Amino acid sequence: MSSTITLDFVLRQGAFSLEVRERLEARVVALFGPSGAGKTTVLESIAGLRRPDEGVIEIGSDRLVDTSIGLALPPHQRRVGYVPQDLALFPHLDVRRNILFSAVDGAGPDFDAVVALLEIGEMLVREVGELSGGERQRVALARALVAAPALLLLDEPLAALDRPLRERVLPYLIRIRDEFSIPMIYVSHDPAEVNAIADWVLVLDQGRVVRRGPTA
Amino acid sequence: MSGDLFLISARTVGLAALATALMLPPGIALAWLLARRRFPGQALVETLVSLPLVLPPVATGLVLLQLLGRRGPLGSLLSDFGVEVLFTWKAVVVSMAVMGLPLLVRSARAGFEQIDRRYEQIAATLGAPPLRVFLSVSLPLCRRGVLAGALLGFSRALGEFGATILVAGSLPSTRTIAVGIYNATVIGDDATAFSLLLVSAGLAFGALFLSNRFATQSTPVGPS
Repeated sequence: MSSTITLDFVLRQGAFSLEVRERLEARVVALFGPSGAGKTTVLESIAGLRRPDEGVIEIGSDRLVDTSIGLALPPHQRRVGYVPQDLALFPHLDVRRNILFSAVDGAGPDFDAVVALLEIGEMLVREVGELSGGERQRVALARALVAAPALLLLDEPLAALDRPLRERVLPYLIRIRDEFSIPMIYVSHDPAEVNAIADWVLVLDQGRVVRRGPTA
Repeated sequence: MSGDLFLISARTVGLAALATALMLPPGIALAWLLARRRFPGQALVETLVSLPLVLPPVATGLVLLQLLGRRGPLGSLLSDFGVEVLFTWKAVVVSMAVMGLPLLVRSARAGFEQIDRRYEQIAATLGAPPLRVFLSVSLPLCRRGVLAGALLGFSRALGEFGATILVAGSLPSTRTIAVGIYNATVIGDDATAFSLLLVSAGLAFGALFLSNRFATQSTPVGPS
């Protein structure tokens, strides 16, 4: 499943403006750039948490935003799995119920497959407050995956982890890429990470794409 | 007399519980609206909801009397369906609910305002439509605020006097603890008055104690 992702929009916020004009064919696109460049804003525009002032956002043939006809699908109709940097695991639900929150019967990767892939079977009965950083990251990934997303948005999934832990979580991300054919947009500012997982890179600076191309 | 005492106490607790159940749906909806939405006339709604807190209860009772009277807008509608409210236990419940509502709304609203919106946003990206986000994320995350508010509203309902005396009177079938204390004192029956006072103090203490416990033991609401 290789669906073209069209990002062709402008979003203004005070003095900051974000302008993206890309048609993405790659499986994993890395969004790379300094903080404040607008990487998270790109993800949140796709997820529906921010509304572009003008333009179009499409995943394959699904049009999520088209300001010329006043279209902006609400987040729950977009089928976009967003794993934010703060993860936002629900504190009132245990791990199993966090993951099942979004489960869609008969669509997308099933619960058992995701749990096995991310090796979180033993954590299912635990409270989210008892998890370590790397465990929380994997639970948030699992929760996004079982929602059967058409696109996965990962915001610096490894940034909060120390180096040894990063090296342990990165293979899970690569597994997700290889096992489930879900396109991903992956925000990072670590070149090594970008090279390991992405096949296309957009370099963002001050709200503009300043470079684009395949990874090394 | 002690049989009466028991009956009055049980009636008061029962009707206050009913009033609390009655105020919960509109109270939670109002709290959520005030915490989460910006709409025209918001300040007005906010003030109206809180008005019973500062208005003399008897004045609130007078408003209810006008509304629920046979020729009042609500009363005439209800009597078309054969429902009489004034001077029945229903009037007691209505005045208790109106007087308790502001306390519920305040506490529940503070609860909603404390929730990190992040959880609601992420729930939506996970495919949950707004009602499901509300029921399975917002409401459980502020359950303590809602519970504390419900207990405060319940405590207020237990002690309701001013509005009740106007819309329900002091009939044997509508008499609550507060009205009973007033009655007993007026006719010089100090023993009954003090017994009711003790019951009333005990109930209020218990409800407030629980309410404070819920309000202070806050759940983690920051980002995980």
